[in-house]
Amino acid sequence: MSTATVSHHYSSTGLDNRKIAIWAFIGSECMLFVSLISTYLIYKDRSVVGPYPHTPWTDPSTGHVYHAILNIPVTSASTFILLMSSLAMVLALSAVENKGKPQRNLGERILGNSKLWLFMTALLGLGFLGCQAYEFTSFVNEGLTIKTNLFGSTFFTLTGFHGAHVTAGVIWILSMLFIDMKRGLGPSDAVSVDIMALYWHFVDVVWVAIFTLVYLIR
Amino acid sequence: MATTVIETTPAHLQPFVPSPIPATVQTYGSSIWGWITTTDHKKIGTLYLFTALFFFLVGGIEAEIIRAQLGGPNRHLVSAEVYNQIFTMHGTTMIFLAIMPLSAAFFNFVIPLQIGARDVAFPRLNAFSYWIYLLGGLFISIPILFGHGPNAGWFGYAPLTTKAYSPGINIDFWVVGLQILGISSLAAGFNFITTIINLRSPGMSLMRMPVFTWMAFIVQFMIVLAFPVVTVALFFLLMDRFFGTQFYEVASGGDPLLWQHLFWIFGHPEVYILVLPAFGLVSEVVPTFSKKPLFGYPVMVYSGILIGFLGFGVWAHHMFAVGMGPIADSVFGVTTMLIAIPTGVKIFNWIGTIAQGQFKATAASLFAVGLVSLFTIGGISGVMHSSPPADLQQTDSYFIVAHFHYVLFGGSIMGIFAGIYYYFPKMFGRMMDETLGKTHFWLTFIAMNLTFFPMHFSGMLGMPRRIYTYDAGQGWDAFNQTSTWGAYLLFVASMFFMYNFFKSLRSGRPAGPNPWGAGTLEWTIPSPPPPYNFAVLPNVTSRYPLWEGKQADIDSARINQQSGKSAEELGIVLPYNTVKPALAALFLVLMFSGLIVGHWLIFAGAAAMVLALYGWLTSPLEPEHH
Repeated sequence: MSTATVSHHYSSTGLDNRKIAIWAFIGSECMLFVSLISTYLIYKDRSVVGPYPHTPWTDPSTGHVYHAILNIPVTSASTFILLMSSLAMVLALSAVENKGKPQRNLGERILGNSKLWLFMTALLGLGFLGCQAYEFTSFVNEGLTIKTNLFGSTFFTLTGFHGAHVTAGVIWILSMLFIDMKRGLGPSDAVSVDIMALYWHFVDVVWVAIFTLVYLIR
Repeated sequence: MATTVIETTPAHLQPFVPSPIPATVQTYGSSIWGWITTTDHKKIGTLYLFTALFFFLVGGIEAEIIRAQLGGPNRHLVSAEVYNQIFTMHGTTMIFLAIMPLSAAFFNFVIPLQIGARDVAFPRLNAFSYWIYLLGGLFISIPILFGHGPNAGWFGYAPLTTKAYSPGINIDFWVVGLQILGISSLAAGFNFITTIINLRSPGMSLMRMPVFTWMAFIVQFMIVLAFPVVTVALFFLLMDRFFGTQFYEVASGGDPLLWQHLFWIFGHPEVYILVLPAFGLVSEVVPTFSKKPLFGYPVMVYSGILIGFLGFGVWAHHMFAVGMGPIADSVFGVTTMLIAIPTGVKIFNWIGTIAQGQFKATAASLFAVGLVSLFTIGGISGVMHSSPPADLQQTDSYFIVAHFHYVLFGGSIMGIFAGIYYYFPKMFGRMMDETLGKTHFWLTFIAMNLTFFPMHFSGMLGMPRRIYTYDAGQGWDAFNQTSTWGAYLLFVASMFFMYNFFKSLRSGRPAGPNPWGAGTLEWTIPSPPPPYNFAVLPNVTSRYPLWEGKQADIDSARINQQSGKSAEELGIVLPYNTVKPALAALFLVLMFSGLIVGHWLIFAGAAAMVLALYGWLTSPLEPEHH
């Protein structure tokens, strides 16, 4: 093991401590998102004023017509981007694990380039965040803020929480990329990349739930 | 196997001879800086113990003010507004700043010793948890000194706690303070789950783990699954109060039950988070002083797990009065009745252990028996209000106050006192005074019943919770007077404890490795343990390694009980001391304070915290070794 922080301590399961801790953390995070999503679903259709997610609304005092606010095509694209980032993360982990093995052709050289795949993961994560920034801005411009109604409060809090998790993940990935560029990641760092990947895939899976329950189901 | 006690050890096995009791006692001997930068689980456990005892005293003083006010009709020692702050902070302090951290003191000190580990899995995260607890505790406690204490009850029902109905900064401190304290519990939860799964010494299988560690294990899962729910509930309230969201705005369509559901999905598991550690402590104390392995060990473990599961399915029994309808009421009534079964099983297991063993009365074992008897009373009144029609008569009355004090004082606090008397020699290397300890027990036992038993009657006669005073002639006067005298006596009893604690700390008789003749791993090492705990990681072959006379257990114990060698001499690598976790905790609390002080502090605190975390994550935990 190459870094000073990695220890040779005895462990009962043979697993790295961090691997167990990240699973406990993910379990805890499940309850966090379950609470947020449940609140969104409980409050669905309870807003007394619009704009609404799936149906148009006419403001009785001004006569202004707000169309259904969710932009499914843009969010479908951003969902695709986030899912692709998970694929890039899988390739990054595999590249780190197989560092040092002979690379016989161009394909293996590309697949074995951990810097490339870490960069791609971060880039796709940033792409998702860009879509979310666009989405939030356009909603605010159309008249939906976190203060407008129950839909606004629950929607922005839920997706904002998720966005904050993606942001933390991107910072984590970029830090790992920085280490990779500075001294190169190898198989001994696989656990560090592995727990980051677990976190990233979890954040992705949460998005699949949010996309289904908030955007697709009316 | 696993039933032989030391008296019947086969003659061919070499009996374990404990080393002679040393004339002098090692201390942790640190400067203040040494305590601030420590990453040693034993020192962090000691910090938790002292801090939590301090907050226990604060919560106790608040209780005395409540009882002084209610000792007779129409008393106006404090105003209604101040009274609201005092009962809110009494509950908040006792639950989040006294009982949970007292349990955490034992988790820290005892778990690594019981599983044969040299520290917890993440020593610096452990320090971080402690500092968050201390700073968060001060954050939530100090406002009451300036008349701005939280004032909406420990479960702070929204919409009552929204800006419209609680415009002052009182609730701001409560909502932000609890958010901070939750981080401490969650971080410790991940740490202990990892520690127990991964740092058990060779041979320490799950079903050989001492029951205290088992109960602590279950509690950590409950913490990491229950706290996120209250985090979300508090976050909604925080957003409502500071950023104008509508979560609890009834006029906007918000559901006044949303908070209650989210809070109690956390709140009922929290009850078991408070009491299971005490169950665990008693499950160590009872076998030791009965000279008999715990009766029905597997049943004890499984019933604990069952309580952990069922604890998440009973929350709405706190809400029968809101009118959830007959189906929900019935379901939650039945689950509540069900959870009494595994709890009752535990009671019978302790009784079984005592009945078949040779019981020896000590301060520790008396407090343990105190838990078994008093918790049973609280458990039975709990089953009474599992029935919705009965609950409708009892809810929000002093009957409920009586019930949960029998559970939390008669359960948690009695168990924790048993734990303190039991583990004091291990923590500090000195014995506590048994005469003072037994006096403390009997005074506490009498005073506790004197205080809380009459509340069953005043509650049944209709006295509501949380009233700051009452008129004479409702039949409540005598009961309240008795409760108040009981509370005063309880304070006197606690003074006996404090005196004993600090006197023994300085001049108690040296304890030696195993003063009680106990059977588990923590008693195979010197008291207090050396920084590295175990000179060699023990090779465990039984549940009570010191009792069952297995050669491998005895060999490990013989090596480990010898003190005096330093970690360097033994070639054991210990984590560095570091101030970074304390700094990260400080900046995190400053960041949260920014919500109240000014938004610039949120960003300043966040930036400073990121720097502290960066320094923490990029510096090595311990010297490199090969």
